[in-house]
Amino acid sequence: METLLQQIINGLTTGSVYAVVALGYTMVYGVIQLINFAHGEVVMIGAMVAFGVITGLAGSGLPASMIVAAGVLAAVPACMAIGYSLERVAYRPLRHAPRLAPLITAIGMSIILQHVALLIWGRNPLAFPQIIANPTVSIGLAEISAVQIAIILLSFLMMGGLSWFVYRTRFGIAMRATAENVQVAGLMGINADRVIAATFVIGAALGAVAGVMFGTYYGIAHYTMGFTLGLKAFSAAVLGGIGNLPGAMVGGLLLGLVEALGTGYIGDLTNLCQWPVVDAWLGERCADGAHFILFGSNYQDVFAFVMLILVLVFRPSGLLGERVSERA
Amino acid sequence: MNHLRIPGAVVAVAAALAMIGCGKKEEPKPVAPAAAPAPAAPEVITVKIGSVAPLTGGIAHLGKDNENGVRLAIDEANAEGMKIGGKAVKFEVMSEDDQADPKVGNTVAQKLVDAKVAGVVGHLNSGTTIPASAIYNQAGIPMISGSATNPALTEQGFKTVFRVVGRDDQQGPAVANYLLTQKKPKVAAVIDDATAYGEGLANEVEKTLKAAGVQVLPREKGTDKTVDWKAVLTKIKAKKPDVVFYGGMDATGGPLLKQARELKIGSVFSFGDGACTDKMAELAGEAAEGLICSQAGIPVQAAGKRFLEGYKAKFNIDPILYSPFTYDAAKMLVAAMQKADSADPAKYLPALAALDYNGASGNVQFDAKGDRKDAEMTVFTLKGGKITPLAIIKGGKSLTLDEYAALMPPAPAPAAAPAAAPAPGK
Amino acid sequence: MKGRVLSRREVIGLVAIAAALLALPFVLASVGTAWVRITNFAVLFVLLSLGLNIVVGFAGLLDLGYIAFYAVGAYTYALLASPHFNVHLPFWVILPIGAGLACTAGVILGAPTLRLRGDYLAIVTLGFGEIVRIFMNNLSNPVNITNGPKGITLIDPFRIGDFSFSARSELFGLTFSGPIKYYYLLLVVLLCVIVINLRLQDSRIGRAWVAIREDEIAAKAAGINTRNIKLLAFAMGASFGGIAGGMFSAIQAFVSPESFILNESIMVLAMVVLGGMGNIWGVIAGALLLSFMPEVLRYSVEPMQKALFGRMLVDPEVLRMLIFGFALVLTMRFRPAGLWPETRHRREMSENRR
Repeated sequence: METLLQQIINGLTTGSVYAVVALGYTMVYGVIQLINFAHGEVVMIGAMVAFGVITGLAGSGLPASMIVAAGVLAAVPACMAIGYSLERVAYRPLRHAPRLAPLITAIGMSIILQHVALLIWGRNPLAFPQIIANPTVSIGLAEISAVQIAIILLSFLMMGGLSWFVYRTRFGIAMRATAENVQVAGLMGINADRVIAATFVIGAALGAVAGVMFGTYYGIAHYTMGFTLGLKAFSAAVLGGIGNLPGAMVGGLLLGLVEALGTGYIGDLTNLCQWPVVDAWLGERCADGAHFILFGSNYQDVFAFVMLILVLVFRPSGLLGERVSERA
Repeated sequence: MNHLRIPGAVVAVAAALAMIGCGKKEEPKPVAPAAAPAPAAPEVITVKIGSVAPLTGGIAHLGKDNENGVRLAIDEANAEGMKIGGKAVKFEVMSEDDQADPKVGNTVAQKLVDAKVAGVVGHLNSGTTIPASAIYNQAGIPMISGSATNPALTEQGFKTVFRVVGRDDQQGPAVANYLLTQKKPKVAAVIDDATAYGEGLANEVEKTLKAAGVQVLPREKGTDKTVDWKAVLTKIKAKKPDVVFYGGMDATGGPLLKQARELKIGSVFSFGDGACTDKMAELAGEAAEGLICSQAGIPVQAAGKRFLEGYKAKFNIDPILYSPFTYDAAKMLVAAMQKADSADPAKYLPALAALDYNGASGNVQFDAKGDRKDAEMTVFTLKGGKITPLAIIKGGKSLTLDEYAALMPPAPAPAAAPAAAPAPGK
Repeated sequence: MKGRVLSRREVIGLVAIAAALLALPFVLASVGTAWVRITNFAVLFVLLSLGLNIVVGFAGLLDLGYIAFYAVGAYTYALLASPHFNVHLPFWVILPIGAGLACTAGVILGAPTLRLRGDYLAIVTLGFGEIVRIFMNNLSNPVNITNGPKGITLIDPFRIGDFSFSARSELFGLTFSGPIKYYYLLLVVLLCVIVINLRLQDSRIGRAWVAIREDEIAAKAAGINTRNIKLLAFAMGASFGGIAGGMFSAIQAFVSPESFILNESIMVLAMVVLGGMGNIWGVIAGALLLSFMPEVLRYSVEPMQKALFGRMLVDPEVLRMLIFGFALVLTMRFRPAGLWPETRHRREMSENRR
């Protein structure tokens, strides 16, 4: 059990990255009930742009935190531009199309963004320059690094900021009104097109920050990275209740924790050789401290998906989701 | 009642199918695919060499590296102005993208067979190479893989299938033995990326370690896209292994190593050839120092001087991983054709099987299965941001570089410093 | 196809189509046997799309893990007809087993997810698809069932007595290569599946599916047992996937988990949606289009660039994927209900959607 604290820290860090990406999915979904499948790609572009800036400034002698900040400052507008054009080109023309049509355009846009990134940044995995000293702090038996602390804090900060924006500002009210009913919002003098475009742009900005987080924490960026990350984040958003901002946060953190703890402990728990009766039955297979593990870390993603399925079976709209009735 | 008629219509179609079936089939004669490498110009004959690797997707960079190796070899062969049967030969590379997908791999394999390529260098992954090898074999076209290390490839009994890279069950024991003799571990952890390559190699390492009485922890796995290894590493850390082996590629191995050091794991880390690149230093920073890793054959940095310089000059980048092997594979196809004085696969195949070739990756001869005979394995350490050869393992013996150089004067001896120019192969 | 005797012109039309389909592989083979193989894979994807169309198109249940059933069928065949367990059952025994197992998997997936709607269902099915693939990839330990990521090699071809579908044989003075024989087999299976689909569409069940798709509560009120009917959609769709998987296994002679990744599910869904959900002919067209397009581009991109610019500006494989992406976006932009939408669907498109 001396590893428990460490595993929780691990899970919270990955969970925070998931959460920030999930915020992007959930915002868009909350407003127009559309899964922006290309969001993972936006995150990837964010990481790539930041990579360019950070690599360029790495030798300049500036302090590391300023270099990373410059990376964020470059990635955010780039991703906002992509978010905006995604909405204009791929989604706005399809707003009244059948539900699945925007899904296909999203897949198409994903493919396009990935391969444009391939043309610009090449096929090699890009290694982020190791500019951050990244000191680690020991808490008991666990280690937590400065970057991890920064990621966890930043994700809470972003969730808080976003909630404030959505629930306390005029624009936020416009957003929620549009989410409630586009037509009525229009009658109330809200420019729904602008609100929806803004939702995409804000989501993309969050994605850019997530991309930089990912890049600096793992030290790597690749043009295919958006897919897996997007998938995890989307699961997180659904887990928390898609369309719900705190839900995305809860979903992200929970997903991260389940992955870490599942990887950490389920393997040992399902080692049949430690159970007295089964042990005897397996006989030779368990001799000499051998192991007979049913579900090791190779099932990491299965743990996450099984939890997702269980949660949805018992709470069909996610943990914090409201009752969703599909309007006809 | 309405829809009861539909089967009637279908029966009509079926009947029609059956009826015209016989009559119709005579029209389109199965024309022998013409327009292939038949002597177009009177003097110059074109010989096509296929090159297959994933050029899009997660390991596209390695795929491109493989293709570059073939292109370089073929360019050199063309520059030499070879003659077959008295006629000048122009070699042409047909490069195909198999997307690391077995289904696409089969399609492009058939495309190459249709185009009547004289030989194929590829594919990159064992997962695509194994199914495709059946198609090449049926067509009688020789195939040499420069990177598929799964033993199953050459265990299928196909006569046209070769590989110039060492098998997992040659490389795994080599690196494991090095760890055993140099690091004397009591507890070892083995991790892999759940791919055919990573798992295959990790299995061989585990087998060797276990046989030597080392306690091996339960296998941990990620995927070929995993970048977050902290949970796995935390679990391993608690068991305090002396050495950790990871079977996987550099894009996942880099983050793994970096995170291990962040967690203050002090064990010796050891990777296979997929993660035995200079990229490790970039990806993991200082954490990569002291990494032990192995390559099947003689490493890129120690490859023949002519190859290294040629590659750099042509593509303006450094070779990454398997390009010396694909380069040798292409060269061997050419050499076998020259020896047999024919580009006909049936004629030059025996020459290829019997070829004794000194190339960028050392001396290559094939055994009866088509595997590289007594393939060299090299063990490296990462020092000062570069992978530096420690020992070359040949015939079960661990040799220092000087001993190796003394042993095989004709082969390209890897120099002590990998960046420095090694002795040329010829 | 209303219930009337076919007119003379229709008969001639059908005969012409049949003749063209019969002659097709020989025409393709004269261009290159690769095209016969490509066609075979395209037909497999048509089978898959038709299966998924039952779930997504007819019953309106968004399924992002459909490839799992294909995987179940493929692995069933691979395990029961290969040296891996040294079991070599004939294909007519295995295909029904595979379809049955896939069908069971469909019900297992369907049962707990009946309450879920739309996007929630999408993520659960996606998760299910990934879980199946991860199991295939990892069931080599502690007991070796699937041989893990290495996959299963040397799978038996379809065989009837001495007649093997993979070998070359001579009939009526014509040479039938392996891929050509599989083509005819696939054609027969495809025909059966199309007939089943057409019959389903206008049956009580088909109408019940559509009713659920349009308004589940109203369907329930009308006395439809929505639970069973939904489960039936999953089960039927899954069985088609299982049969296609078995054939894939035999044609490819090799299966490994990387053939069943999420991208494949997405691709099949794209075929269904692009072609026109719910319309059998549209779905077929969509599947054929998306299967052939990357291959046509594979052959044409390189020469086209060389002709236009005299050299290669963009790597052909990258350009191919870019064109593919744009094609998806543009088709949906201008024909959001698909290339060949179902008439009923087309009507509802004008109103509906909030």
